[in-house]
Amino acid sequence: MVNLTIDGIKVSVPEGSTILQAAKEVGVKIPTLCYHPDQAVKANCRVCVCEVEGNRLLPAACAQPVMEGMVVKTRTPKVIEARRTILELILAHHPQDCLNCIRNGNCELQDLANEYFIRDNPFTLKVRGLKKDYSTPSIFRDPDKCVLCRRCIDACSVVQSVNALGLESRGVNSMVVPTMGGDLMDSPCVMCGQCVHACPVGAIGEVEEIDKLLAAIADPDKIVVTQIAPAVRTAIGEEVGMKTGDMPMEVFVAGLRQVGFDHVLHTNFTADLTILEEGNELLKRLKEGGTLPMFTSCSPGWINFCETFYPDLLDNLSTCKSPQQMFGSLVKTYWTDKMGIDPAKIYSVSIMPCTAKKFEASRPEMNASGYRDVDLVLTTREIGRLFRMSGIDFDKLAPSSFDSWMGAYTGAAVIFGASGGVMEAALRTVYEVVTGQTLENVNFEVTRGITGVKEAEVDLSGTKVKVAIANGLSNARQLMDQVRAGESPYHFIEIMACPGGCIGGGGQPITKVNAKRVERIESIYVEDENCAIRKSHENPEVKTLYDEFLHEPLGHKSHELLHTHYHDKNKKYL
Amino acid sequence: MAEEMRIVLRNYGKINPLKIEDYMAQGGYKSLEKAGRMDKEALIDEIKKSNLRGRGGAGFNCGQKWSFAYRAPGDEKYVVCNADEGEPGTYKDRLIMENDPHTLIEGMAICGYAIGSKQGFIYLRGEYPQLINILNNAISQAKAKGLLQGFEIEVRSGAGAYVCGEETALIESIEGNRGEPRFKPPYPPSEGLWMKPTIVNNVETFANIPVILEKGAEWYAGIGVSSYPGTKVFTLTGDINNKTFFEVPTDTTIREIIFQFGGGIPGDKKFKAVQIGGTSGAFIPESLLDTPVAFDDMSAIGAALGSGAVFVLDESRDIVDVTTRIAKFFEHESCGKCAPCREGTARMHELMESVNSGNGSMKDIALMQKLGNVMSIACLCGLGQAAPAPVLTTIKHFAADYNAKLM
Repeated sequence: MVNLTIDGIKVSVPEGSTILQAAKEVGVKIPTLCYHPDQAVKANCRVCVCEVEGNRLLPAACAQPVMEGMVVKTRTPKVIEARRTILELILAHHPQDCLNCIRNGNCELQDLANEYFIRDNPFTLKVRGLKKDYSTPSIFRDPDKCVLCRRCIDACSVVQSVNALGLESRGVNSMVVPTMGGDLMDSPCVMCGQCVHACPVGAIGEVEEIDKLLAAIADPDKIVVTQIAPAVRTAIGEEVGMKTGDMPMEVFVAGLRQVGFDHVLHTNFTADLTILEEGNELLKRLKEGGTLPMFTSCSPGWINFCETFYPDLLDNLSTCKSPQQMFGSLVKTYWTDKMGIDPAKIYSVSIMPCTAKKFEASRPEMNASGYRDVDLVLTTREIGRLFRMSGIDFDKLAPSSFDSWMGAYTGAAVIFGASGGVMEAALRTVYEVVTGQTLENVNFEVTRGITGVKEAEVDLSGTKVKVAIANGLSNARQLMDQVRAGESPYHFIEIMACPGGCIGGGGQPITKVNAKRVERIESIYVEDENCAIRKSHENPEVKTLYDEFLHEPLGHKSHELLHTHYHDKNKKYL
Repeated sequence: MAEEMRIVLRNYGKINPLKIEDYMAQGGYKSLEKAGRMDKEALIDEIKKSNLRGRGGAGFNCGQKWSFAYRAPGDEKYVVCNADEGEPGTYKDRLIMENDPHTLIEGMAICGYAIGSKQGFIYLRGEYPQLINILNNAISQAKAKGLLQGFEIEVRSGAGAYVCGEETALIESIEGNRGEPRFKPPYPPSEGLWMKPTIVNNVETFANIPVILEKGAEWYAGIGVSSYPGTKVFTLTGDINNKTFFEVPTDTTIREIIFQFGGGIPGDKKFKAVQIGGTSGAFIPESLLDTPVAFDDMSAIGAALGSGAVFVLDESRDIVDVTTRIAKFFEHESCGKCAPCREGTARMHELMESVNSGNGSMKDIALMQKLGNVMSIACLCGLGQAAPAPVLTTIKHFAADYNAKLM
């Protein structure tokens, strides 16, 4: 242990700790901007500088290791002048656009400007006037707002190993830019949106499309139908002042009806359906010697990644569409038939924890219903804004349940929202299909949690099936490289692009630390436990769907509506 | 009367730099041989005892630095020569490399032996392409004669960024990354090139090593000022009669450098100011000219010895205009990594332009002082910390020149 004093308070911390960590121990708050608790220390914003006795320079608290006997002062006039001057410098180069900004009220720079009461900035405002990048349907960039903390680059290159963001030019002209010289769409970006979480300000955000929803709701000829992805409920409460997981599903549904959705259905329904299709696809591949290991295909960021970086492994991908797109093709065929509604009138909206889903819905092949299957994708954050705008008081809202035929779901679908959930759900079903026995303990603990790569082996009537799970794309890369080298021992691999799975998706409430992802994961498994039915093949509405419409998994109709194919993105420079 | 004393330039003009035999005839590589017979710790102690301090600008005790790298665990260690001589007006390292490349190679090889490194790099200023062949020729000659004992040296050319003279930016550049400094600690002797223990020393520092071993630490420690012993090479530019270079003991005063070695100011003009140590150096007025050039004496007057560039201004010069140009230089050369330097150098230039063009006010001067003070203590690396020095020192010593330009 190392002993030091911070602002007169004695503290003992393990060797190798930084001043910032030591200060936290004793409740001394040191402001930060470039610092991100789950990333490498950058020490480039210098907002966290403090005074150390005997040192002429002001070290950055985030990077300076503690030393025995060190005397640290964090509130001296010298320190305050330095921090305020640095903030003034950053703010004088930042659009004074807070009122119109996507991060208004949730911005680290805004908070700092407030805490250090920056009023009359002595430096002249100079905004660079750089071009905004709206090239992708998922994520926009507003480089004028960038404070060059480089957290997005870290998220993109270290966490995701995508390297779509880099630095260009030098000094005051330096910029974070999409790599390969063009717009974000020309870069290897997979649209996962992890950069959005990393950004302390409004320099990167989701492409907002609430106005399209409002127009559809206002249109008397349109019937607005929505689906909610499994990971959304656990996090949506964070957008409206509740704790993680505290929003009950029925209240969420009631809120959606309040803002004008005509029918509220659930992506969980097609998550259960995915298990039947994908589970049977796996069994077929195992039996008939198909391409193995089979990869899950629910995560559109992962699909983009595979198409970009591992186009040679596209045959390994399950042909199943993601639950969002299965829902999209069924709602305008099966469901409208069942309801006696003209599918042309349906405006199909999905509520997703994901930015890449916006891109997925726009893929030209996603029109099996004869229409665009999913008309609009809104993120959890956008729905949060809609709720706040609508002034809904969730405490006073009478609970409401889902509409029929595509609203029922099981606990197996709920856990799709967390890394390992698709695998666990599949195992619950595949086990019973293969062995013919009832699975007594449905909890496969080994598949759960935020660990980057997990693996398990399941005995299916004497056949040992080896499975692996990765969350975060640099973890996925480890498994992919193994497959590419022909050394993968696995039969089935689940990949979710985002750390922790969809609960940490790019469209979720701004997630500053991984600890928040862990909280959401816990809430997901509580919800699963509370479900009466926890195996996808026992979903009664899915049974009806097969009885009346699809007839069998992997059948003719399934092939038409529920399965897809993939494309080499052909990014030759990679 | 101060006299020139040549240590690092001892072979200047005496040998053909392309012939190792010439260097050896002057006793070259005997120190390396001697070092090889010495215990490593004793060798490092000898360098420590000489009290040789780094000639790159920071003035750290060389032997102490070596001892950190020696003690750092690990089989893989590196010796890097900082030959990215980017300070405007400085060409001392070029003189050494151009005229006596083997003294550098010998110094590096001794360091390699001392710390247990098998690989050296010379990070050569991008604007010195003509030196690549000279250095490579010297390296292959030394290798051919079996003098380097398996120690390899590779010459890497910079790409023109001033900041790459900062040792960690230089390391990043060798690694193939953007030339940007790292935060410290960790310092290179514990985690440097590819995060391995690394010694980064300036050309002039390495060039001293063979002589120290030949003549002994005591001899060296007795030259010049005891806290910063030895000699220093100065290069003179600006309003000075002898626009040349010379090597003098460190107890030489600034006045002697300008008026004795430099031959004073041309014409009948009076001295106005001198900037020592490169573009980020302080501007020194007449009243402080009797300061010895040694590191600590210079620090005491708020100046820095830096690279040894001496830039003299006569009374006819517009010091505010000169400082404005310097501010522009730093805006251009800031790497952009840390906020106070990235934004601060640009603002300093903007404010200087405003004052220089007659549109400034006392408020601007006060803002520059505040900004300069903050940058000098809060920036990530030496570039940003030193960049405001010319502004701050000219405001301090030449306030009348500023006042004359205010609105």
